[in-house]
Amino acid sequence: MKTWLHRADVKASPYLYVSPFFLLFGALGAFPLLFTAWVSLHDWSLLADDHPFIGLQNYRELLKDSFFWNALGNTASMWVLSTVPQLIFALILAHILNNRLRGQTMWRTGLLLPNITSVVAVAIIFGQLFGRDFGIINYLLGVLDLGQIDWQAGTASSHFAISVMVIWRWTGYNALIYLAAMQAVPDSLHEAAIIDGASSAQRLWRITIPSIRPTIIFTVIVSTIGGMQLFAEPLLFGGGGLTGGSDRQFQTLSLYLFEVGFGRFDFGYASATAWLMFVVIVVAAAFNFVLIRRIRRS
Amino acid sequence: MTTTSTQRSTGLPRPTVPVGGGPRRRKHQVRPLRVRRVNKTTYIILSAFLFFSGFPLYYSVVVASHDNGVLGQVPPPLLPGDQLFTNIQRVFDTVAFGKAMWNSLLVSAVITFSVVLFSSLAGFAFAKLNFRGRPGLYVAVIATMMVPSQLGIIPLYMLMAKLQLIDTLYAVIAPSLVSAFGVFFMTQYLSAAVPTELLEAGRVDGCSTLSLFWHVVLPIARPAAAVLGMLTFMQAWNDFFWPLVVLTPENPTVQVSLSTIASGYITDFSLTLTGTALATLPLIIVFAFLGKQIIHGIMQGAIKG
Repeated sequence: MKTWLHRADVKASPYLYVSPFFLLFGALGAFPLLFTAWVSLHDWSLLADDHPFIGLQNYRELLKDSFFWNALGNTASMWVLSTVPQLIFALILAHILNNRLRGQTMWRTGLLLPNITSVVAVAIIFGQLFGRDFGIINYLLGVLDLGQIDWQAGTASSHFAISVMVIWRWTGYNALIYLAAMQAVPDSLHEAAIIDGASSAQRLWRITIPSIRPTIIFTVIVSTIGGMQLFAEPLLFGGGGLTGGSDRQFQTLSLYLFEVGFGRFDFGYASATAWLMFVVIVVAAAFNFVLIRRIRRS
Repeated sequence: MTTTSTQRSTGLPRPTVPVGGGPRRRKHQVRPLRVRRVNKTTYIILSAFLFFSGFPLYYSVVVASHDNGVLGQVPPPLLPGDQLFTNIQRVFDTVAFGKAMWNSLLVSAVITFSVVLFSSLAGFAFAKLNFRGRPGLYVAVIATMMVPSQLGIIPLYMLMAKLQLIDTLYAVIAPSLVSAFGVFFMTQYLSAAVPTELLEAGRVDGCSTLSLFWHVVLPIARPAAAVLGMLTFMQAWNDFFWPLVVLTPENPTVQVSLSTIASGYITDFSLTLTGTALATLPLIIVFAFLGKQIIHGIMQGAIKG
């Protein structure tokens, strides 16, 4: 009897221990995602009682929807504007931190501080800094006699301001991830390069970057997934609201999804938007993956 | 997951260097010599980065401690003023901020407890127990880390509406009760930190799997569990998209409440930034004490195969 119990325990308990994760994730993560596809094939409004099946009608409309394309363009633009500088800064920072420095903990703590600030707080703080009338950035521009900018009003200026928020919050975090990868690069490689007279920049380009390529690919993919879901910053920037400014000049895909789903309560159309977003994310991530691999091969 | 192939029969990724005060079993710690000398320019560049990191936070305190009218002055104030407590009072008068703080604390605490518990359990199973389908299930965990969370929002909302949980904290908590990252993190740690011989010895002494978990694994898991707990707490505290969907301004979390203050027509910067400072302060305090461990955790969690 006892051995029977023991064997049951050994056989069954592993499944018991992993089951909370799979059950909860299945019910509240995987199922909603799949059910989104089903909803997207219906004319499904929260305000109506029946939800007729309409096939791919939502997708057809969406592909003709200029607001959707506008949001897609804005999202892509802000993604490039924020990710490229962010990762370059992070690489440089990590390369610097990978030296023998005084106060390692202090630098790292300081650089991670923006990351523990919530996105809402970041959006509010930078909304003030980029304010048209009382913002300190416009004040400085005025002092330098460069003229003041209504950051929120223009397409390019608003994308720039929002990208600055993203860069500010994530550069230090990515620098730490790069630093972790860089510390696994054998020091002898650097020693040899130094003896051969390589500069710090050459070592970064020729040794460090090739060695940590998997980590770079990882950060690019993570920031693609994050960047495609940009939400709080454009929502709160200068009181932009769900439309992302009066001319939708900085409305992202997430904002549009939210506007359709919880502004108009058109769940079918919102679900179609979500699925197209998913496709865009997968394509963008795959594209970046191939791109980064290419760059270092050549 | 290229490292998988280098593993023996387990099919699990190679353990990374242990977190925090974990046991260090390898003689060679991968520790760069770092003999390269740095010059003054390096420190200047670093200081510049640090300045840009810190200034927005500092300036938000400056704004929060002044009367809104003062902000229009030329030049704008650069030192903290004396209106902080007045502004704090105004925040509590304007929105349900006390309730928001309490809600956020409750939500974050429950999520943290649940994520740490379930991640340790699953991590123990993936790292140290043999069962059919383990490699496949573990790959499934890793794959779910990449799933964009926003995309299932519509059915999730419908589900919560059906269960009549809209505008309750249950709706905020439920989708965050487990975390794929947490399972991954604990598996990585436990496969390196828990000696298999110790578990075998426990088995010989007649321990059930659960008591092995309780008496052997959990005590060893403590440093990693603490790091995971802190990361989870911060994430739950800062979460915004989903709480905004299911909560109302009358029963908000801190982030939802902040967005309510910020989206008024006439922006009262002193007010919004006071709220921001109050909402950020708890995390900064935690970070001040435990920043080193948090940084360590992020760097460990980052090393993926």
